[in-house]
Amino acid sequence: MALDVLIVDDSAAIRKILHRVLVQADVPLGRVVEAGDGVEALAKLKGEKVGLILSDINMPNMDGLQLLNAIKADNAVKDIPVLMVTTEGGSSKVMEAVNLGAAGYVRKPFTAEQIKEKLAGII
Amino acid sequence: MQHENLVGMIRKSAHEVFETMLDLALTDGEAAFGQAAPSPIDGVVSIIGLAGRWVGTGAFSVSTDGARMIASRMLMQEYSAVDDDVLDALGEITNMIIGNVKTSLEEEYGPMGLSIPTVVYGHNFTTRSVGRNEWIVVPFLCQGASMEVHLCLVQGAESHHSARQTAILSMQ
Repeated sequence: MALDVLIVDDSAAIRKILHRVLVQADVPLGRVVEAGDGVEALAKLKGEKVGLILSDINMPNMDGLQLLNAIKADNAVKDIPVLMVTTEGGSSKVMEAVNLGAAGYVRKPFTAEQIKEKLAGII
Repeated sequence: MQHENLVGMIRKSAHEVFETMLDLALTDGEAAFGQAAPSPIDGVVSIIGLAGRWVGTGAFSVSTDGARMIASRMLMQEYSAVDDDVLDALGEITNMIIGNVKTSLEEEYGPMGLSIPTVVYGHNFTTRSVGRNEWIVVPFLCQGASMEVHLCLVQGAESHHSARQTAILSMQ
C-alpha cells in the first residue's frame, strides 16, 4: 500500500533530497506533500492524510519541536509517526524530541542508508 | 577555547558534510586567525548565528563556480547560474557544517542556539561583524574550487552586546 509522506523543512534543497532518499530507500511512496515550517505543516495536515512525517527542528515561524507537540496534542493526527531529520545533534534536543513522542531521530548530514534503517523500524 | 580545537571541529564537520551529502573529498588549507576583514568576494557567502554561553557567527564562502558545483552535486542536476536552489543548497551546507560544530561545542559548553542561515550572492563585496573579535578562517579546496569556513566566537557574558550584532555587508 502506498505511503503518503509530509516533508517539513525550510530548505527546499533538503526537501528534494529527502524525497529522493525515500525513493532510493524503496519506500512504497504515494503522494509527497511539502511544508516549509511547522505552521504550514499543520495547515497541510488539515487537508491531507499522510502516514509519515519527516521534520526538521530549526525552522522559522514554528520549529519542529513545537510542531511535534502540536501533532501529539491533536487526536486526528497524533498517531502519525514523526521522524526528526535535523542538524540539532545535541543530547538535550534529542531527548526533548523523544519525550515529545518522535518516532526517531536522524542527524544531518545523513545517508540514504541511515534514513532507510530508521524507517524500517517505523513503517 | 583553543583555536586549534575549533579548527579541528570545523575540519571534521566540513569533511563529514561534503563526504556524506556530496560524495566529495576536501583538501585542507592552512587555517588563519585574526581581526582583518575578509578580502572582497565574488560569489556566495552564507552566514549563521550562534547563541548560548558562547555567542558568535559562522560563515561559509565560495566562488560562483564552486557554489554551482556544490548545488549540482547535492541536488543531482546541473546549475548554469546561481538561482534560489543554489543559494538554498549553500545555506543548508552552512547549516550542517556550523550545526555540527555547535553540537561538538555543546558537549563542553552547554546548549547553544543556531539561527536560520542568511545567504548572500554578489560581486566584489565584503562581510564583517561589528566589533574587534577574532575570526578563525579555515580554507578548503574541492574539485578546483576554493572555499572557506569562518567562525567567530566570544564568551556571552563578556560581550553581551555581541549576541545582537549582525554581520554587515558593504558593497564596494
